[in-house]
Amino acid sequence: MLSERQEGELGARLKEFEGRAAAVAGVGKDPVNAPMIRHWCEAMGDTCPAYTGPGAIAPPTMLQAWTMAGLAGQAGPPGRTEAFGELLALLDAAGCTSVVATDCEQEYARPLRPGDVVTFDTVIESVSDRKTTRLGTGYFVTTRTDVRVGTELAGTHRFRILKYAPTAGKSRENTPKHRRPRPVVNRDNAGFWEGVARGRLLIQRCTGCGTLRHPWLPGCNACGCLEWDTVEAGGGGTVFSYVVMHHPPFPAFDPPYAVALVELAEGVRMVGNVVGVPYDKVRIGMPVEAEFRRYGTDAGDEGDGDGPFVLPVFRAREGS
Amino acid sequence: MTGASQDPVLEVGAELPPLTVPVTRTLIVAGAIASRDYQDVHHDPELARAKGSPDVFMNILTTNGLVGRYITDHFGPAAVLRRVAIRLGVPNYPGDTMVLSGTVTEVDGDTVRIGVRGENRLGTHVTGTVTLTVAPAPPAGAPVPPATPAPPSGSGS
Repeated sequence: MLSERQEGELGARLKEFEGRAAAVAGVGKDPVNAPMIRHWCEAMGDTCPAYTGPGAIAPPTMLQAWTMAGLAGQAGPPGRTEAFGELLALLDAAGCTSVVATDCEQEYARPLRPGDVVTFDTVIESVSDRKTTRLGTGYFVTTRTDVRVGTELAGTHRFRILKYAPTAGKSRENTPKHRRPRPVVNRDNAGFWEGVARGRLLIQRCTGCGTLRHPWLPGCNACGCLEWDTVEAGGGGTVFSYVVMHHPPFPAFDPPYAVALVELAEGVRMVGNVVGVPYDKVRIGMPVEAEFRRYGTDAGDEGDGDGPFVLPVFRAREGS
Repeated sequence: MTGASQDPVLEVGAELPPLTVPVTRTLIVAGAIASRDYQDVHHDPELARAKGSPDVFMNILTTNGLVGRYITDHFGPAAVLRRVAIRLGVPNYPGDTMVLSGTVTEVDGDTVRIGVRGENRLGTHVTGTVTLTVAPAPPAGAPVPPATPAPPSGSGS
């Protein structure tokens, strides 16, 4: 990881690349030609008649393909400058070794036809500040390429890549199954979790004024009394409010899923997953019934030494 | 309504018929090679996994080509693409299906702008805007003449 100061220095160095050339007077490896057009159309399933026969044009979206280095061009596209290589090397050295294309904006000034020899110049338009993305932390690099035939502009192509350091253990298939987080049990709420482990939902009751409370707290919000006992909830309740979790995905959870604030029949509210209905069928006012699910019993969940645990969930009641 | 694709409605808010694209391994590899993109993540599952991806995935040039095809499929060969701007979201992995949909967002004379979206089972793969020129439109407010001789009423086509 970079320190804040190193990160600032890197950011400043990266900014110096803005406006510099990434490719100068590159020449397409092949003139625009019918076989490459045909292969493209076959791959895309594109049967547009404008791309075949006499007077054919190349599919406009092929613009970038004519500038690509291909298999032989490990050093990058024709005409690539040292500056662009330096920029990529600087990012590699900072751990941003992976690359993914995120944006492509093309404008077409004139059609390309078989026989056209394509030349191009690319400029580094911008290098972003350090960004944290779903894939990892890195920098967006935006380039603009002007594609010409002779002196005539055929099109411009703005391309944005993310150079990033992949998040460790990103691949879900290659990493061990993530364990569901355990509840945080402390001396204030231990009684609640002991109840859950035995399949009982216990609500705290102030012995001073009789007010029920949840979550568990040392004292009563109504009268300040520190003495309490418990009553067991019947388990019935209704969805008071809910959210559907789409993003970000947490390991061990499989979005989208609904998280509800359930108002128990006794009047206190409790957070939990709603089960038994698809996430998009959860509604405010929906009747639910508490039940208890055991976690940490899968083979992949073994080995943390803490054993399985139980969480309350809320099942949508039939006919709701 | 039948024949919609032959007679595109050019009003803001009009929706294009969706195009379903089966994302096969063949499409991903063929698209990458046709666009001269030999990055291993687009054709070699083992190396893709080593880089943290569960499988190979479609390259941006193929997505771009499919978006262009979606628009010209609908508007026909006389339409001219002026601009295609796309942003990628979740990847297109083999075995998935991408559904492209489009909505007319702007009509200015013969220039039309379409908002395009491609969804797969992971979410939104692509969002974008395509600007194209179609055959000149009639002046605003004028009755719309049929593009082809009107079929006899009740032809049921």
